[in-house]
Amino acid sequence: MKSELMLQEKAKAKAVLPEAVVIFIEDCLATPHPGSHLIPVLHKVQEHFGYLDTEHMNAVSTLMQIPSAKVTGVASFYHFFKFTPRGKHRISLCMGTACFVKGAGNVLDKVKGLLGIDVGQTTPDRLFTIDVARCVGACALAPVMIVDEKVYAGVKPDQVAKILAEYGFDPKKKSSPVK
Amino acid sequence: MTTDKKVTLWVDGVQVTVPEKSTILQAADSVNINVPRLCYHPDLSVIGACRVCVVEVDGQRNPVASCSFPVAEGMKVKTSSPLLRRLRRDVVELILDNHPMDCQTCDRNGTCELQKLAHDLGVRERLFEGERKRFPQDESSPVIRNPEKCILCGRCVRVCDEVQGVHNLSVQNRGFHNVVAPAHGHKMIDSVCIHCGQCVNVCPTAAFTEQDATESVFAALSNPDLHVVVHTAPAIRATIGEGFEYRPGTPVTGKLVTALRMAGFHKVFDTNFGADLTIIEEANEFINRLQKNERLPLITSCSPGWVNFMERFYPELIPLTSTCKSPMSMLSALLKTYYADKMGIDPKKIFVVAIMPCTAKKFEMGRPEHRAPWGAPYTDAVLTTRELIWMFKCLGIEFRDLADGAFDSPLGVSSGAADIFGATGGVMEAALRTAYEKVTNKELGEVEFMQVRGVEGVKEATIDIDGTPINIGVANGLQNAKNLLDRVLSGEKVYHLIEVMACPGGCVAGGGQPYPPHGMHVLDPELARLRARALYAIDGAKTLRKSHENPAIDALYENFLGAPNSHRSHELLHTHYQPKYPRGVK
Repeated sequence: MKSELMLQEKAKAKAVLPEAVVIFIEDCLATPHPGSHLIPVLHKVQEHFGYLDTEHMNAVSTLMQIPSAKVTGVASFYHFFKFTPRGKHRISLCMGTACFVKGAGNVLDKVKGLLGIDVGQTTPDRLFTIDVARCVGACALAPVMIVDEKVYAGVKPDQVAKILAEYGFDPKKKSSPVK
Repeated sequence: MTTDKKVTLWVDGVQVTVPEKSTILQAADSVNINVPRLCYHPDLSVIGACRVCVVEVDGQRNPVASCSFPVAEGMKVKTSSPLLRRLRRDVVELILDNHPMDCQTCDRNGTCELQKLAHDLGVRERLFEGERKRFPQDESSPVIRNPEKCILCGRCVRVCDEVQGVHNLSVQNRGFHNVVAPAHGHKMIDSVCIHCGQCVNVCPTAAFTEQDATESVFAALSNPDLHVVVHTAPAIRATIGEGFEYRPGTPVTGKLVTALRMAGFHKVFDTNFGADLTIIEEANEFINRLQKNERLPLITSCSPGWVNFMERFYPELIPLTSTCKSPMSMLSALLKTYYADKMGIDPKKIFVVAIMPCTAKKFEMGRPEHRAPWGAPYTDAVLTTRELIWMFKCLGIEFRDLADGAFDSPLGVSSGAADIFGATGGVMEAALRTAYEKVTNKELGEVEFMQVRGVEGVKEATIDIDGTPINIGVANGLQNAKNLLDRVLSGEKVYHLIEVMACPGGCVAGGGQPYPPHGMHVLDPELARLRARALYAIDGAKTLRKSHENPAIDALYENFLGAPNSHRSHELLHTHYQPKYPRGVK
């Protein structure tokens, strides 16, 4: 007896995730140890949404039949997985020794001040997220700021506004309430 | 693969021969050499997390965790040395440095394994001062989670996964932020938790405890406007003695009744009466379905942990589950209707306290289905066995010195069939005693159905009722129930009647029962067996052993309910279920 209720649950879960991820999960389920593919599945989900929502993880749990406590246990273990929405542009500031000595801290303070958010947070208009990197291996270019894929070398705090403007930062919007 | 191959080793110079797959700890245990331990639990998987059980092995450079280190031929093990004593003490000291030092005000004061270990290992001072983990207490459900008391031994995670198959708990986050919590760090009430309380039982500290009801009961007892009645579940009489140094399996029904009277309860009734009534209603329901050959197997519904599990994990089984309320909820409903009428007391002034072996009963009590038409719950407070033991001690009642008392009538009269409700297979046996006689109109020669007794996880039998073979299944522990129910759903096996109890061993090992005495452990089948034996002994000593022969039940139907499954009995004694979210993964 195939449970009608179970099929309904699975259909609901499938609707939450993009088709490519659902197909990927189905491929994983056909392997001898489906549970061992949980991390790659979560990667795919985050690749699509930019982060992992409660709903996304529950859908993965239902489709893979892995208890959701295990899914969130795994996801929360890894720094890579994010649980809040990411901005359109990801700002990564290097806080490695060389960058820090060359004033990366001041650059970071400027970015935080202009955007009104802290490290790991996203602006309310979902345009920017600030992350810090430990060392990007480009110490000669210190301090380094990376926006999406583009690397900015020898950044000074007073250059930050101009760099952000390339990605649609509008200083006038700064006064809008930021949460 | 299991082999019969044995290995001989020496533990502290004592020659030990054990099966080859054993661990050093098992070998030491087999010759009563006690190695201190913390995360280890003999009935759960081994994770080797705490390192308290370290021992020295000849040829190994460093001490090893004996709980996970396999034995080998000729191995020489030392379980005690200055180095080992220091290491163990250091391990426990480090755990304590991240633990609130509030033993005197803690719920587990005196029953805490960490407290005992710290004392045994000679921890006498706190060496490191520093940041301590901080988490809010989750008081959302009958099972309270206090992560600050948690030492991350993972026993609760393992019991929830391996024994109950609920998989509600997991270690979330990383490093200093590690915390045992439901998915997404949600509150217990918003999780797939079924409130069985087995995490409370296996927890070495007070990281999991039951919601306290003692304050509300004390308040009711001192309120002159209230008529406070109590009823006590079958399993309590077999276990509460343990709180007063009786050996497990010592029945203390009479002393329990006397103690409850001394505590100030106006009437002391027996949940057994509700159990007898459950059997009448359930046997009727079963016979009806059997005769029409529909909605079979009938699955029992007395265990609230099982009911919660069913609604979250097996909602497709709702139509098969008996609509009978549990004995507690049946009796509580009658107390505020039948009893109130009879005594001429305003039901709003009756305060019903139920003594239960169970944390899930605290949840059941609050269900909207178990509320009176005027909005109040039929059961006003549920106390676990542990809470009642504490209340007696708080009141200075010298339990061991008490004379035997007797339950008040009429809701205190019960058959032996009701007593055995507290053990796995007991509800089945009680139902069979009645169903057999109702179907056949013949007297049952041998009332004891030995096929359904015993603490095995799953029991199956075929009973011949007047030429009709009836397939029965009994499961205790929800992982066992899953195994049984999956066979029902796949059509692999056809059953007519299934009994499920959420806790391994049944209510005698419920989530609200006393922490085991020295030398025994939670989930110990021997402990469940001893406690169940007390119930079977009470049953065996009674002349009234079948629910349908209980004269007080006859009077109830005649004067109040009409007939089994009548309109009134449906209104008061039956309930309904619905699928619940979040849905569990089977």
